[in-house]
Amino acid sequence: MSKIIHGTYYLLLIIIAFLMLIPLIVMFSTSVKSDEFLILKDLGSMAAFWPGVPEWENYQQILGDPNMPFLRFLLNTLIIVFSIVFLGIGVNSMAAYALSRLKFRGKGLIIATVIALIIIPVESLVIPLLLLVNRLGWIDSYHVQIIPFIAHPFSIFLFYQFFNKIPKSLDDAAKVDGADFLQIYWRIILPMSLPVIVTVAILQGLEFWNSFLWPLMVTRGIEYRPISVALAQFFGRDPKVWGDIMAFTTLASLPLLVVYFVFQRWFIQSAIGSSIKG
Amino acid sequence: MPSQQPASLRNIESRAAWGMLAPAMTLLIIFIVVPFFLAFLLSLTNERLIPRPIPTKWTGIRNYIRVLTDPDFWQALRNTFWFTFFIVPVQSSIGLGLALLINRQFKGNHIFRGIYFLPTVVPMVMVAIIWAGLLQAPEGVINGILRQISFDQIGPYDWLHHEWLAMPTIMLMSTWQGVGFQMIIYLAGLQNIPKELYEAARIDGANLWQLFWFITLPLLRNTHIVVLITTTILAFKLFTQVEVLTQGGPLGATNSLVRYIYVAGFQYQKVGLAAAASVIFFLIVLAIALCQHHLIQTDKD
Repeated sequence: MSKIIHGTYYLLLIIIAFLMLIPLIVMFSTSVKSDEFLILKDLGSMAAFWPGVPEWENYQQILGDPNMPFLRFLLNTLIIVFSIVFLGIGVNSMAAYALSRLKFRGKGLIIATVIALIIIPVESLVIPLLLLVNRLGWIDSYHVQIIPFIAHPFSIFLFYQFFNKIPKSLDDAAKVDGADFLQIYWRIILPMSLPVIVTVAILQGLEFWNSFLWPLMVTRGIEYRPISVALAQFFGRDPKVWGDIMAFTTLASLPLLVVYFVFQRWFIQSAIGSSIKG
Repeated sequence: MPSQQPASLRNIESRAAWGMLAPAMTLLIIFIVVPFFLAFLLSLTNERLIPRPIPTKWTGIRNYIRVLTDPDFWQALRNTFWFTFFIVPVQSSIGLGLALLINRQFKGNHIFRGIYFLPTVVPMVMVAIIWAGLLQAPEGVINGILRQISFDQIGPYDWLHHEWLAMPTIMLMSTWQGVGFQMIIYLAGLQNIPKELYEAARIDGANLWQLFWFITLPLLRNTHIVVLITTTILAFKLFTQVEVLTQGGPLGATNSLVRYIYVAGFQYQKVGLAAAASVIFFLIVLAIALCQHHLIQTDKD
């Protein structure tokens, strides 16, 4: 009896897993079929799930198309996301250290303001921000996609909370040894903060890897366009060549999926971390 | 001079603090605080995106009247609410269901957890395009499956171009992508419930349903609040999947509030009008956040 329950339980888990994976399986299977008529026929049947004998022509086409330079788009996204994450960790953790450890006038007000800023959704700021960067002449560049997003109230808040839990006696010991505040931050606090650094890096990284509305408005040509906008544009062309579209989508999702498989535990930790927002 | 030293030390400390805060504060002021107030100011003007020969004028609340009398705005608002009202309960309950399902010690439970969470790390643009392939009409995977299980009785439907089906289709796709997030939050909540409670109740003869109804659900109260509010705000920002798949169509049936702002401000370059819509959007999100604050406060009392 319990064996039957056990079996049904596993069956249920596997069915749900299959539901979660079907779209990704279809994406990959379609991407390795080079005959567009076959693809359209297969999409209407169970054959859509089956890659058959993989053919890589679509991938060759995508990687060789000079009008849609895939690697350029990928590089753009990597440059943007890495700059935001890297600069963000420095700027936000340094601010959080000052808020958590140093005494100065107006500290309470600044902490309250940072927390209040968390609830302002970027979507309600994009129009004035667009006007601002337009007048600054920043349209179509890397920095228009990086600089506005480095300082991140929620990341400051996460660092602040984490630093508050590190015992102050460590700072005091270093102070006795003659370290100044910057040295304490750099040599003692940051090296102990790996968990929160990873959480912040994943949250901010995912947010801007996903970013679509902003680059849609501030990039004009292929030079600075990130992969998300490029893919949407590639998809928007008619007639739709599904083999190429799915090959493009597979290539575009691959880097993140690989990172996810390697660092799965960290991704799940950061999802939990993000839920204390607000 | 022992009395002077603390004062000068305090001075050093305060100078160090402002120095370390400076980069973050400067950026936050320029890119969040200024645009925030600018949104309010611009909403009272007839500003355009590209500077015109005619100077910009104050127009009072004219933009707000325009937005609030625009049927497209109300349709976008209705769609966004309708999307949110569906997504929030459905994603939360499926997320809770999945969390209950894998919250046990068994072989491979972290593999299933990893698979269920997987779609949340696929960016929305890619998710939308993959689903566009599945939803193809007349010959897509979903129409194919429907046809086979109904023996040619149901379908095929043009899911994304049908006035009544487009929004539910977008909801379904969004649920598939997002539900892993709610699952993970509930999983963390479930792991905080002390196991002794279940054991005690079982000794008292409680069945599985009673355990769920009288222990699990009430003890997850804080998790429910977090999940509901986070999901509501996320759902309210609906944009990417709509822009990629339907551009708000057919006949505005999938247009969302954020897309309304985007179209007004970017495509029609009516910055003043879009700013007014942005302010309304912000006020709704603020109201939701205050609700959360209120719920958590009453919880503490």
